Amino acid sequence: MGSNAAENHPISFKWLTEARDKRGAKIISVDPRFTRTSARADIYAPLRSGTDIAFMGGMFKYILDNKLYHEEYVKWYTNATFIVKDSFDFDDGLFSGYDPQKRAYDQSKWAYETNEDGSYKKDMTMEDPRCVLQLLKKHYERYDIDTVCKITGTPKNKYLEVVKAYAATGAPDKVGTIMYAMGTTQHTVGTENVRAFAMLQLLLGNIGRAGGGVNALRGESNVQGSTDWALLYHILPGYLETPEAKKHSNYQAYVDALTPKTGYWQNKPKFLSSLLKAYWMADDPVKSYDYLPKRIDGKHYEHIALFEAMYNKEIEGLIIWGSNPIVGGPDANKEQAALYNLKWMVAIDLWQTETSEFWTYKAVDRPTDKDVYGIKKPEEIDTEVFFLPACNSYEKAGSVSNSGRWMQYRWQACDPVGESRADLQIVNDLMLRIKKLYEGSSKPQDEPITKLTWDYGHGDHPDLNIIAREINGFEVVDGKPGKLVANFTKLKDDGTTASGNWIYSGCYPEDNGKDEDYLARRRDNKDAAYPGTKPIGSYLNWSWCWPVNRRIIYNRCSATPEGQPWVPDLTSIFWNGEKWVGNDVPDFGGTKDPNGPGGRDAFIMRPEEVGCIFSKRNEGPFPEHYEPWESPVKNLLNSQELNPAVVIWEPDKKADPEEYPIIGTTYRVSEHWQSGVMTRMQPWLAELVPNVFVEMSEELAREKDIKNGNDVIISTTRGDIKAIACVTKRFKPFNINGKSYHEIGVLWHFGFNGFANGDPANRLTPHIGDANTMIPEYKAWLCDIRRA
Amino acid sequence: MLKMTNLYDVSKCTACRGCQVACKDWNQLPAVIEPFTGNYQTHETTNGDTYTIVKFIEQIDDVKGIQWNFLKFQCMHCFDPECMKVCPTDCIKQTEWGAVIKDYDKCIGCHYCTYACPFEIPQYRKRQDITTKCTLCYERVEEGLTPACARTCPTGALQFGEREELLIQARERVKFLKANGFPNATIYGEKELGGLNKLYVLTDTPDKFDLPVDPKVSGNIGFWQNWVQPYFGWLIPVTLGASALSFVTSRLLANKAPAHTEGGHE
Repeated sequence: MGSNAAENHPISFKWLTEARDKRGAKIISVDPRFTRTSARADIYAPLRSGTDIAFMGGMFKYILDNKLYHEEYVKWYTNATFIVKDSFDFDDGLFSGYDPQKRAYDQSKWAYETNEDGSYKKDMTMEDPRCVLQLLKKHYERYDIDTVCKITGTPKNKYLEVVKAYAATGAPDKVGTIMYAMGTTQHTVGTENVRAFAMLQLLLGNIGRAGGGVNALRGESNVQGSTDWALLYHILPGYLETPEAKKHSNYQAYVDALTPKTGYWQNKPKFLSSLLKAYWMADDPVKSYDYLPKRIDGKHYEHIALFEAMYNKEIEGLIIWGSNPIVGGPDANKEQAALYNLKWMVAIDLWQTETSEFWTYKAVDRPTDKDVYGIKKPEEIDTEVFFLPACNSYEKAGSVSNSGRWMQYRWQACDPVGESRADLQIVNDLMLRIKKLYEGSSKPQDEPITKLTWDYGHGDHPDLNIIAREINGFEVVDGKPGKLVANFTKLKDDGTTASGNWIYSGCYPEDNGKDEDYLARRRDNKDAAYPGTKPIGSYLNWSWCWPVNRRIIYNRCSATPEGQPWVPDLTSIFWNGEKWVGNDVPDFGGTKDPNGPGGRDAFIMRPEEVGCIFSKRNEGPFPEHYEPWESPVKNLLNSQELNPAVVIWEPDKKADPEEYPIIGTTYRVSEHWQSGVMTRMQPWLAELVPNVFVEMSEELAREKDIKNGNDVIISTTRGDIKAIACVTKRFKPFNINGKSYHEIGVLWHFGFNGFANGDPANRLTPHIGDANTMIPEYKAWLCDIRRA
Repeated sequence: MLKMTNLYDVSKCTACRGCQVACKDWNQLPAVIEPFTGNYQTHETTNGDTYTIVKFIEQIDDVKGIQWNFLKFQCMHCFDPECMKVCPTDCIKQTEWGAVIKDYDKCIGCHYCTYACPFEIPQYRKRQDITTKCTLCYERVEEGLTPACARTCPTGALQFGEREELLIQARERVKFLKANGFPNATIYGEKELGGLNKLYVLTDTPDKFDLPVDPKVSGNIGFWQNWVQPYFGWLIPVTLGASALSFVTSRLLANKAPAHTEGGHE
């Protein structure tokens, strides 16, 4: 659901096929249109884009009404038993504590009841009307199957087939997994969509167990790594929050505000201190904390926010690195116009991208004369653009992290072409030159640069082993690297240790002068089993996995409350009477007795130490269905049309459904990659999908007099694009509350460069994002279509 | 010698078309970029620079609803290859292990193989004036490698090995599929045309995959094989004689009606 694994993650699909052949697994595909994944699924059910929460809510209700949840699991490993304070309430789409002016909630209204000693109040029978399980039941009472199907447009029999098949995994001896991707996240309710998956998996007892989980299929091979490494504005490496200028004005203020009193995050100061030490090894972390850049309290810095700022002339320079926003960014016409306001731009990529060539004549062409944001000709643009050629992943060495958190090293296959260089070389060179410019400065404001520790060897390419050792962490002796630490449990908050990223600490625990000291380079493909058990696919000596080589996090859940496997054949870890052993690294103090105090607190990273069915997100503790920003129908479940906590950047760009009645969505195909920079330049791939096309139902095509293969114009309030019609039986109109609605889907890979080219579909998509992450709502918007 | 062959199991194919790209890569074939016409399938059939394609076939099944069938389509490497029989320059050979291959130095681009083929696989490559097709990567196989397509297949839909072993596997698979929601599952290539050196496991009847249910050799080929080829030597003087006659008659006619030949545009 929310992913098209066969097309966009073809290798992952191999394992689904294997699970079906060897273990009789059933594959369910839920997607607005019938995809290559659906073609290989046992059950296919369509849903209208943007109605995932309604779909999931109906599942919750069915599971709760029929008591199909995994009761023991829910009781011990989730907060279903927790009592919530009376200040929590829900009425007609709004939770308590909403401020309509700020479009934000006062989340303190959603607190747990506590005992006098500060511990959480629980009802182990889960019958108290204020316990999470009962509140959940109450919240999803409205999500009966008829109402759900009226919203999602899913045929009722198909919906029931999916619900029944998946709810069956609530049996203690069954496990189910959810594979999701951008179909889930790219909505104004993206975070809550994923939350709903997590809740479902908790209810059915499918988290922390082999074969279970909520599995994010990443948009590319190192998205996990880039998040771990904080390629986002709100975190530092290892998921430490970036400091805000006023709230976290000094080291102590940060530590006080952001260190929870329970759960493993109590150790946060050790990780922060070690990170600061890795950055500025000679300084005390309390001082070097001041060197960290701080963000303005409460200000948005996400992709959409940055481009809004650029559009409003607040930003004058941009380094665009392996990114192609005027193809891949939402409201691409606006993002292109935003670039005109830059004084300078550096683009780093394998080829000239549409973004690096936004100032050329090619970037001016439009299929109609609609021009919402003022497209400029080259002579009207003053931005100075620099291009640095980067090399391909095969032309360099280094590690990538997959969505299972394996840090896998890749060896270089061949030399880079021409003057292209590895990203690491470019960044190293850049930093060395910046340091040189500041050399000798004694100004205090220059200290973050003059005092920065930057010593990765003397070659043209930085030494990967030095970097890996710094990531792993070491003791700092006299401001210099000392002995390597075994893992993050050895990190300290007093400035005596350094580690570039605490979650990766343990990837290079000893230096014996061998290649495999860097554990990401391990390649032992034997799936050894613990004596007396069957192998479960852990491959513990293949590469390395954070944290501490643990392949399944929260694997305490793989055992019963008493510490025995739920299923003997599927033993992850178990209690042998003295300690936790098995086929994985226990995510739980190795000798903590399951029947002793805290012996069932399975989710160690949470302050509650259990999985959260009730959890604070910006729009509420339970996911509630809201319509996409642009929707042709009214919300049937509450009178809030849109997620009440999202930022509305461009109120005037919201489409009138009378004028733009058709639901639009975007997606990828196997044959192209992201914004197409790497694939549209390849003739063999261009041959497979040579043009941008739009998929639509035969019914819509008839209505609009469009024939298969015709050129069509798709328009939204943001702009128009031309595409080729792919009229197919695989897309069907949706019956929403008794009325028929059409949806179309456009490939977003295309731009004006390359052997395969065409208009970027993102000229159609809106500048609006999720309430927690601001991920753009690429997947559901309104448009109209006509023959060109 | 044992036959070596591909087994292609459609129930595992996700139509990623890695095989199509791997084929072009190994054989160093240029891209043939044709505009999108409304189906994911790039080309209607194979062409001079595309030895293998994946077909995308949409169907409505009365019971299951919409079905999207995929089929990798290329030379079937028949046990009894008609193309080899009709080739006037004898450029088509069969290896001991079952690959049907062409010697392009001898090919004159006459298209006879295309017309003789029950699947119309060999296609014309204009830039060299030859007809081309899949080689079952015989150069790779003879060096102990698997064909490029099978090597790249990510889902295990394509395998390569000894035909007898793969047949056992295919029968097992068909049995499994029949018991798991595909009552019409079948093997294709075991007996068709006396046996093909490409085996298919299909989830439905061959017609649902755009394959001929009972492929037949064209009747003309019988004529060619039984009459034309054995008497080829005799035909040469006969043909030459006919040409001479034609030359004479046409000249005579031309002389008689010059206005007609010059005004041939109307």
